[in-house]
Parts: sequence; C-alpha cells; structure tokens
Amino acid sequence: MRHLEQLPPWAAIIIALCVAIGASMTLLGGLGVVRLKSFYQRLHAQTLAYSAGTLLTIIASMLMFSLLESRTVLHELIIGVFVIVTTPVTTLMLSRAALRRDRDAKLGHDEIVPPQRRAGPAKPDPASATPPIPAAAAPDRPDR
Amino acid sequence: MSAMILGFALVYAQFALILSLALACWRMLRGPRAQDRVLGLDTMYVNAMLLFLLVGMGNGNVFFFESALVIAVLGFVTTVCAAKFLMRGEVIE
Repeated sequence: MRHLEQLPPWAAIIIALCVAIGASMTLLGGLGVVRLKSFYQRLHAQTLAYSAGTLLTIIASMLMFSLLESRTVLHELIIGVFVIVTTPVTTLMLSRAALRRDRDAKLGHDEIVPPQRRAGPAKPDPASATPPIPAAAAPDRPDR
Repeated sequence: MSAMILGFALVYAQFALILSLALACWRMLRGPRAQDRVLGLDTMYVNAMLLFLLVGMGNGNVFFFESALVIAVLGFVTTVCAAKFLMRGEVIE
C-alpha cells in the first residue's frame, strides 16, 4: 500500500467515502436479493448493486488513478457506460422470461409471496368447502 | 494518514462485497425457480466485477481494470443467454 501515501488527505477521504458507500449499497442489494419475497421484488434490489455500487466505485477509481498518475485516467468510464447500457437489456429480458414462465405455469405475478403477507391474519372460513389453493400455500416449492 | 483511511475503507468494502457475493450465491443455490437462479448469478457477476475494481485500487495496478471489463461483458452475455433460454427454450433460433 505504498502508493496510497502519495494521495492528499482530502482525496483519500472522498475516495474512502465513495468506496464505502458503494460497497454498502451493493451489500444492501445482496441482502434484498436474499430477503425479499417474490422474484419481481428481487429484481429491484439487484439494481442497487448495478447503479449505485458501480457508479460510486468507478468515480473513486477514476479519482484515485488520476491523482496517482497526475493525468486524467478515464478508462473506467467504459465499464460505467457498458453497465448503464446493458442493465436495462438484461433486466427486461429476465422479467419478460419470468412473466412468460409464470403465465405458462398459470401463476399470478405475486403468487409466490406467502399469503400471510398479503391477507393479514384472516383465518380460513370453516364453513366454506373450498380447499386452500396449494400454489399459494407452498411458497418454497421444488424447482420447476 | 491517507493510507490508513483508504486501507480501512478498501478492506471494509472488500468484506462487504464478499458478503454480498455469498448472499447472491445463496440465492443462486436456493432460489425456488429458475429465474431466481439467473438473478443470483447476475448479481454475483456484478459483485465480482466491483471486487476486481477494488483489488486493483488496493494494489495500485491498472491491469485489474481489464479483467473487470471482461467479467462485465461475460455477465451480460450469460444473463442474456439464460433469459433467452428461459423464454424460448433455445438460445439461437
């Protein structure tokens, strides 16, 4: 870490803030990918890692290498532009594939969500003879 | 001074990214349906790309940037191919 000593302290503080906030945003996205209940909610959580994490890390990297080599180093912009261009493509294709698969499996788009999150503490009426829907009762089914 | 601040921030960021990578890997192994696995794999690609950028910053080496770019391109192609396979049943029609 010899090269890090050459940076002025204000630049070190800015770079450290950018790196720490970007990594925290990425960690939040990872937590959301694990914690959220349905696939369409998890798509949103993953976008946090794409946008905020990549943007802040790239800004920090550009600033650091520009100051170290005392010239403007902008080649990290390639990654930024590439991520900005390709993220909508992948998200759109993945969500369209998921929609088609859900439609083929006769699922609504929020039927993976466990029913106690939607319906609250409503108990099933014992008088009604309709059995509970097995698709909504089992959120963790084996792979289909 | 600046090396201490930056070293602490870089180590924290690398640990956070590794934890996020593990969480995405859990989603990829667990995920109830196939699109959840593709989503976890895509998140793993992004996290690995950011991790390579951070390692390059810690080493002061510009050449980690190329590997990060290669990982970004591979992640895009992988996710598009997997999504197309999920949608149509075949990749190249």
